[in-house]
Amino acid sequence: MRLTGAQIVIEALKHEGVDVIFGIPGGAIIDVYDALYDSGIRHILAHHEQGAAHMADGYARATGRVGVCFATSGPGATNLTTGIANAYMDSIPIVAITGQVATHLIGKDAFQEADTTGITSPITKHNYLVKDVNELARIIKEAFYIARTGRPGPVLIDIPKNIQTATADFDYSSIEIDIRGYKPSITGHIRQIKEAARLINDAKKPCILAGGGVITAGASEELFKLATKANIPVATTFMGIGSFPQDHPLSLKSAGMHGNYAANYALMECDLLIAIGCRFSDRTTGKVSSFASKAKKIHIDIDPAEINKNVIVDVPIVGDAKIILKALIEYVQEKREEEWLSYIMELKATHPLTYADGPTIKPQFVIEKLCEIVPDNTIIVTEVGQNQMWSALFFTHKKPRHFISSGGLGTMGFGFPASIGAKVGRPDALVIDIAGDGSFLMNIQELATAVENNIPIKVVVINNRALGMVRQWQELFYKRRYSATILKEVNFAEIAKAFGAKGIRVTEKEGLVPALYSAFEYPGPAVVDVVVEQEENVVPMVPPGAPIDQIIGGK
Amino acid sequence: MRHTIAVLVENKSGVLARISNLFRRRGYNIESITVGKSEREGIARITLEVDGDELVIEQVTKQLNKLIDVIKVSDITHDEMIERELMLIKVSADASTRSEILQIVDIFRASVVDVSPKALVIEITGDRDKLEAFETLLRPFGIKEIACTGKVAMVRHPKEIK
Repeated sequence: MRLTGAQIVIEALKHEGVDVIFGIPGGAIIDVYDALYDSGIRHILAHHEQGAAHMADGYARATGRVGVCFATSGPGATNLTTGIANAYMDSIPIVAITGQVATHLIGKDAFQEADTTGITSPITKHNYLVKDVNELARIIKEAFYIARTGRPGPVLIDIPKNIQTATADFDYSSIEIDIRGYKPSITGHIRQIKEAARLINDAKKPCILAGGGVITAGASEELFKLATKANIPVATTFMGIGSFPQDHPLSLKSAGMHGNYAANYALMECDLLIAIGCRFSDRTTGKVSSFASKAKKIHIDIDPAEINKNVIVDVPIVGDAKIILKALIEYVQEKREEEWLSYIMELKATHPLTYADGPTIKPQFVIEKLCEIVPDNTIIVTEVGQNQMWSALFFTHKKPRHFISSGGLGTMGFGFPASIGAKVGRPDALVIDIAGDGSFLMNIQELATAVENNIPIKVVVINNRALGMVRQWQELFYKRRYSATILKEVNFAEIAKAFGAKGIRVTEKEGLVPALYSAFEYPGPAVVDVVVEQEENVVPMVPPGAPIDQIIGGK
Repeated sequence: MRHTIAVLVENKSGVLARISNLFRRRGYNIESITVGKSEREGIARITLEVDGDELVIEQVTKQLNKLIDVIKVSDITHDEMIERELMLIKVSADASTRSEILQIVDIFRASVVDVSPKALVIEITGDRDKLEAFETLLRPFGIKEIACTGKVAMVRHPKEIK
């Protein structure tokens, strides 16, 4: 079949099972949009390319499928970059397709020309500049393969305008993928797996640290079996939230800078650390030299470069977490280390998460109430900052892919477009973006996207009139010198109404739950603007650079 | 410690930029880098010299391996290997010094590739020690220009980097 480059793009996406694309058209990608016009693939028009990238990201996190976004050359592509970097840091599979100026104009500083592949090379798993239309179909097939396999990540394809109009033969299913420089290890070394099992069987104080890789691998069930078979307490990283049910007795919830007491103490006290699908980020380990220093360490990860990158480990196992855990469980004996478990239970009992409730609305109160009233199939998406940490701490997360947050890059403005992507991918779920007023303003234009496409996401704004997390650091470490962190109050309910969404403002505690229900019941997008106490802090907190058992605040 | 790393890559545009980008971004130091063809069509061979302790080198090789266009990475520092560099030196030479310089050229089995009334251009290959010794001996005559390839290396038989 003879097709234009633009038609090849659309046909290839159909072969990949793509049902939705997030993007914004422009001069250098107009031919692809023309081919999209009557293709039957759904297109969600974003209102800033960063939003489109975050939507593709949120879609991928919620569904486990590859998210796809389009942008034009130059500013379209550069606007995508924050979203791409965000997906890269959290290992999220997206394929970004950008238009480029015609090949004869590349390098001439043409209108809307930017070096897209150069700019994105450090923030993509791989990228392509297509110079021959005959290569296009193979490149798209490779891009999807690379994005979703091994350690997933974003792949960008930059397509010059004249490649979109040139023609080539198209036979997608006959293309075989053979990338000699890309052969991910999947199964894990059996000798290492047996050695890990021996350490687990011998350990008196074992502890699991589960990361985002458990969710990516779909290994929550195996994690649960391993933990319950040998009665091993499970802490998660921030990205690992949802990989293990937080209401289970063995759950220590999340660890790290704003981790739970029990999780941080257990990691520091354990004699065997079983780290699964995590990369030992500084926000998880605190002072890295003292992190879990009493423990032998097993590290299961699909990316060999993560082994010994931040933390030196004793037993590395490179491969897919699901496959490795399945094998590992067979060699692990049923056991119950009573002394260690009673220490853990006591830690949990003596250090519950608390906050001082009062007559005004506390942010923690909002999250707790949400947690009480939402149905089981609720996806919590967050912005970045205090709202994010309160959402992580005060909501009981039970299922993988139901907590979506920008972990590595910490991108303010991520949550709202990501929630749109999540809802598009999971129309059956109640999708709630827990926002801060600072973050929400960074991509608030996507309210137009939600309204135009009638995507019924619910935004709960924790409106504290501040860039709260920075303000908290200034309060604690900079003598309350609030440099550039106090914001003018914005009425987000009115903004929502102006865009055509439902808007509700809550200033009294009693008003919260009725407002939430009314937002949930509304058939379209709704914003609940909750005016909360300004100077509330996120605790527990480990000061930056300190060991994770040096916790300030709270109990 | 200085390591020699042999890298086989897809011979595509942008590969070198990806590798240098990686080194810049992760803060590794390249002492030298040479790129050229390999024995196989479509595959180029890069020889890198990198300074770092074992952990840094472990990361360097693993991060290089993550690049899709990188096919094979081998740290050959501890292998028995042949290493060569090529250097072109333009040295001041007139009638009074020319024969003395030619003697040094002879001893080092270098060769003169250009002669002019006031200068000679000499080509020399060898390992770094040899090249440095040669350069030191010529310095008193007045070195006008040096161009150097950086190191290429190959493991002796039977191990092959494929």
